[in-house]
Amino acid sequence: MSLLEIKNAKLKIDDKDILKGLSLTVNKGEVHAIMGPNGSGKSTLSYMLAGRDGYELESGEVFLEGKSLSEMEADERARSGLFLAFQYPVELPGVGGMSFLREAVNSRRKFLGEEELDHLAFVKEARKVASKMFVKDEMLKRAVNVGFSGGEKKRFEILQMAMLKPKISILDETDSGLDVDALKIVSDGVNAQRNDDNAIVVITHYQRLLDYIVPDFVHILSDGSIIKSGGPELALEVEKNGYAGLINAA
Amino acid sequence: MVATQETIDKVKEVSSTYKYGFVTDLEAEKAPLGLSEDIVKFISHKKKEPRWLLEWRLKAYKKWLSMEAPNWAMVDFPKINFQDIYYYSAPKTKPKLNSLDEVDPELLRTYEKLGIPIKEQEVLAGVAVDYVFDSVSVATTFREKLAKEGIIFCPISEAVQSHPEIVKKYIGSVIPISDNYYAALNSAVFTDGSFVYIPKGVTCPMELSTYFRINEQNSGQFERTLIIAEDNTYVSYLEGCTAPQRDENQLHAAVVELVAMNNAEIKYSTVQNWYPGDKEGKGGIYNFVTKRGNCLGKKSKISWTQVETGSAITWKYPSCVLKGDDSVGEFYSVAVANNAQQADTGTKMIHIGKNTKSTIISKGISAGKAQNTYRGQVQIQKNAKGSRNFTQCDSLLIGDKCGAHTVPYINQFTPHARVEHEATTSKISEDQLFYCLQRGLDTEQATSLIVNGFCKEVMKELPMEFAVEAQKLIGISLEGSVG
Ligand SMILES: Nc1ncnc2c1ncn2[C@@H]1O[C@H](COP(=O)(O)OP(=O)(O)OP(=O)(O)O)[C@@H](O)[C@H]1O
Ligand SMILES: [Mg+2]
Repeated sequence: MSLLEIKNAKLKIDDKDILKGLSLTVNKGEVHAIMGPNGSGKSTLSYMLAGRDGYELESGEVFLEGKSLSEMEADERARSGLFLAFQYPVELPGVGGMSFLREAVNSRRKFLGEEELDHLAFVKEARKVASKMFVKDEMLKRAVNVGFSGGEKKRFEILQMAMLKPKISILDETDSGLDVDALKIVSDGVNAQRNDDNAIVVITHYQRLLDYIVPDFVHILSDGSIIKSGGPELALEVEKNGYAGLINAA
Repeated sequence: MVATQETIDKVKEVSSTYKYGFVTDLEAEKAPLGLSEDIVKFISHKKKEPRWLLEWRLKAYKKWLSMEAPNWAMVDFPKINFQDIYYYSAPKTKPKLNSLDEVDPELLRTYEKLGIPIKEQEVLAGVAVDYVFDSVSVATTFREKLAKEGIIFCPISEAVQSHPEIVKKYIGSVIPISDNYYAALNSAVFTDGSFVYIPKGVTCPMELSTYFRINEQNSGQFERTLIIAEDNTYVSYLEGCTAPQRDENQLHAAVVELVAMNNAEIKYSTVQNWYPGDKEGKGGIYNFVTKRGNCLGKKSKISWTQVETGSAITWKYPSCVLKGDDSVGEFYSVAVANNAQQADTGTKMIHIGKNTKSTIISKGISAGKAQNTYRGQVQIQKNAKGSRNFTQCDSLLIGDKCGAHTVPYINQFTPHARVEHEATTSKISEDQLFYCLQRGLDTEQATSLIVNGFCKEVMKELPMEFAVEAQKLIGISLEGSVG
């Protein structure tokens, strides 16, 4: 059974077709990269998967470990192990990072039938993970994403991923806004979480990220559907020639 | 008690001089319905009060008769029939239940969500506790500890008997009987409340709070509290509790007076969770409260912190009169109004002395079709040179049927002062909710988290032990308001 299966997904926003019959299968242990021009529907796909209001499928279906997502709300999907690193992480004024993370982690643990972490145990764990990602403790004390630099926000997303230990992670342009060193740190953070039991979908514009997080498959998303799939070499081709040739050929 | 017979005699003496005499049965457990001079006398008699207090009450009653109920607040409710209220009934012992199994499960669920320990749940719900808990022994230990410091902490009715000179000196000194309609009413018919006296140089060794949680006050609908802090003192007082409180009395009109002398600090925190009524507001409490503190002494400080989540209608403006030079007034408020609740609350900061400072942080949260109004006055009098006020007034709207209103009044009579006012209105954004949901929080957790983030500046002013409960309470008050 595949971990994630998207079957002929169609989705409209404001009467405009955005996803036009998109199919994708992700198995455990795999890393997939999705590339595609601006406005092609990459973020829309990630919102659809995460179950955001207004991003319901018009037709088609999505299965997470064989279970249809259509009846699951966003929070249920998250607790089931679906994680989305936002292209634009959202600020939560006054909400401390530590307490936010703790509620998130405990929701997931509860779902998994694991014991909830008490304050002390949690703080210890969070600090451990944070130090691996070179995230300062001080950042966990601040309000979630408030006043974070672009790069800090992205790092904090991956920190959350590391804490939540999702089955499937969708990273929407996590590399954008990262400096060279941060890109390496974040990529190491992601790679450290790869195992035979989970999978990662990275959405990116730049081949460079894929030097660090080496994908098993690369897909080109254009105008709401996947027009070409291949191995890492496909990303190099995009880097060299742009999308035009691929789109015309499709 | 020594004064008893004498007082009764005096009451009788006074009453016989009135035209209609004293028709009420003095031995009754409950005063007859309605309000009259007789009823005022009945209450005073029941409490075995000295004559001066009876006269003070009667004066207040006459004043009240000549006054009109205020109608400037942004609240809407049917006219109250003051003759349809009982003004005195003997303190009731609650129907005792044998175990928590007999308690309304709805109530228990709320206690549980609030994280109130089982033992306290039992007391709050009125379960007969046979182990000699606690309620008695804890109270006794407290009293002993306080007495050692010379602190007087007792029901005001007791203070009237034991320390009449202090009560007489200060009662009505901050909020005169003619102050407003509900204060006049309270002065005429108040039944009980707390009295705190901190003698010179004493820092109160504990929060005056836990005591109340365990000994649920039965002081009824017209509560009266008086706190006096002499020179160089500190006291922190917490009123109310997060556990939902129901009451058969719809109208609550409390009066709280605080007096701070030189270099004294009073921190007064309130968590108000009276029954708000059903979704339409039916059956909810009308909470019309007058609270004011006098910073009489130099460098004195009075700080009000309130978390108001209950009541159908809240009409409440805890205020500070900053008379002493360099005195400080603070007001930190969270007011949550959901469904049909109406809250009109805020503060008054009256700067009289030089270099006086005030800070106002108000966080109003509206949901459902509730209306939430911040009404605040900052007055800088002519001699209050070098004074400063900072006001921050934030409103958060949940849904689009509710309302938030900000009504600031600023009267500045000297140019040598600085008054700053900032106001914002925001909504919980769809983005924020989705972000939280995506991390596995459910809608209610997410709302609670975002709202508590919004209130953080105020919540951190609450005594630690209550802050956690108050946070949960805010979440619970908003349940079902999103999504
Ligand atoms: N809420 C919305 N209302 C109207 N149009 C929308 C909405 N959300 C997305 N779209 C449109 O859907 C299309 C796909 O947008 P999407 O954000 O998925 O693109 P993307 O591939 O992530 O682009 P980028 O690389 O710039 O991040 C765009 O044309 C966008 O304008
Ligand atoms: Mg995008």
